[in-house]
Amino acid sequence: MLDVSGLDLHYGDAQALAGVSLHAQAREIVVIVGANGAGKSSLIRTIHGMHRPSAGRITFEGIDIAGQPSHQVVERGIGQVAEGRQVFPNLSVLENLEMGAAPRRARAQEKATLERVFGLFPRLAERRRQAAGTLSGGEQQMLAIGRCLMGQPKLIMLDEPSLGLSPAMTQEVFRVVRQLHADGLTILLVEQNVMASLKLANRAYVLENGRIVLSGTGPELLDNDGVRQAYLGL
Amino acid sequence: MSESLWQRLTGDVPRRALLALGGLLLLLLAAPFLLRLAPAGDYWLSLLILVVYFSYIGQAWNIMMGFAGQLSLGHALYLGLGGYVAAALYVNLGIGPWLGVFIAVAAAMLAGGLIGFLGFRFSLAGVYFALLTIAFAEFTRILFDHFTWVGGSGGLFLKVEADGSAFNLQGSPLLFYYVILALAAGAFVLCRFLLTSRLGHYWLAVREDPEAAQAAGIAVLRTKMLAVLISAGLTAVGGVWSAFYYKSLFPEAAFAMGRSIEVTLAPIIGGLGTLFGPILGSALLVGLGDLFTTLAEILANDYGVKAAGLKQIGYGIALLLIVMFRRDGVWPWLARRLGFERRPADDAGEGRP
Repeated sequence: MLDVSGLDLHYGDAQALAGVSLHAQAREIVVIVGANGAGKSSLIRTIHGMHRPSAGRITFEGIDIAGQPSHQVVERGIGQVAEGRQVFPNLSVLENLEMGAAPRRARAQEKATLERVFGLFPRLAERRRQAAGTLSGGEQQMLAIGRCLMGQPKLIMLDEPSLGLSPAMTQEVFRVVRQLHADGLTILLVEQNVMASLKLANRAYVLENGRIVLSGTGPELLDNDGVRQAYLGL
Repeated sequence: MSESLWQRLTGDVPRRALLALGGLLLLLLAAPFLLRLAPAGDYWLSLLILVVYFSYIGQAWNIMMGFAGQLSLGHALYLGLGGYVAAALYVNLGIGPWLGVFIAVAAAMLAGGLIGFLGFRFSLAGVYFALLTIAFAEFTRILFDHFTWVGGSGGLFLKVEADGSAFNLQGSPLLFYYVILALAAGAFVLCRFLLTSRLGHYWLAVREDPEAAQAAGIAVLRTKMLAVLISAGLTAVGGVWSAFYYKSLFPEAAFAMGRSIEVTLAPIIGGLGTLFGPILGSALLVGLGDLFTTLAEILANDYGVKAAGLKQIGYGIALLLIVMFRRDGVWPWLARRLGFERRPADDAGEGRP
């Protein structure tokens, strides 16, 4: 479904990604782990059209999307939940969700999708009139995910969704990820919570200094000594 | 969307606010006749004309800054360009302002589109974008200084014609008052319409967090461009009105930095991003300006005190105080006081939006 091959990204002279290749098949959960500054967010942002790669191909459902503007990438069905819960703090929960229905494809079913999102996150339904900035961190993350779903993505990329959340809220986020997967979405998950995310993963990659250094199924990486030492402290 | 246009525009506005708005409109419609009864009525009418004019162009500027969060400090460009195009077409080619205004708007939108594209495509944001807008206004001023077809630095003048009529936008202040009032009312309704539209929502998203808007799939460049184009076009109409009202144009004044600042004051004082802010702001500004002028005159005539600069100093201090104590502008505070806020949210129990 998503195929990335030989992706290079430079910020001026600094190389952020070097020959990154990965792929995700339909209805898979693909996890990318790596330390801070390894290039995880750069990778997601490049796939999402926010950076123009200096080399490499990104194809989604057979179409090359490398360098296309974000709104067209979203239109094709790739949604992004950016790092740090980027909700619009002064807009209401409902308005935030409506923003997510920007793709033309998603507008016709806006009402139905909204009901689905409220079904998934009853808290958001309760607080629909409230300014998003007044929600708790966990609720804001739910809102960010909900907004992404409003665009009816086929593939959803989540960048550190559990960052800064309480353990209980983190569990809730992982429950939602499993739920979305069960609903038929393909998921590309970037996480610092390596243990929990690798347990979910159909396929996983380890990113170090902008390069993929290891890949395999979730269980394979969980058994890998290097991963256990570097990321799990075992 | 099955709801009617009226519902959409007035949906969450409290009834008392709608009534007050209707009352204000009636009052403004009747104002010239009421002012005739007062001493120095013509003078009051000329002040009222200024209030409505500044509220109109403030509304237009507010679309860019208040709605979409893009700071323009070069709106004199659109005012000047609009005025010059319509006036030059009329003086040189005999094309009347009612037709010329469309060409003026097109010219301003072209200029706005160019500035917007350069700024947004190359990711100039905040003050850097503002500098770009200033630069364009400045070099247009210099260009027009040497543009002899429109009179160069010597200026362009519209003659007072004996057979002048509303058809060539000539006439008494009364005509200009009702024209600018119609424009201001139209801009008010248009802005309300835009704010309740999908585009309006996107503007707010871009204003709040451009990156999140991009991630959500909003075409940020297009969204910002539409704000500039609409704002520039509306401002140009104000420029045409102003050119025909004052009947003279000089590059030094038409494209002046001070004129650009003047455009921004009413919405800032009144409340950025609010519909009523520009109206309240311009009433306050024109009122304060006149107050200090009168004060200076009284001091000079009755007490022999020459207080040169009193107006500027007093005006400046008053602005400073307003900005210090009403950071979000006067209108949001006043609206709360008057109970004109959006209908209170009865959170949980509410059904479909």
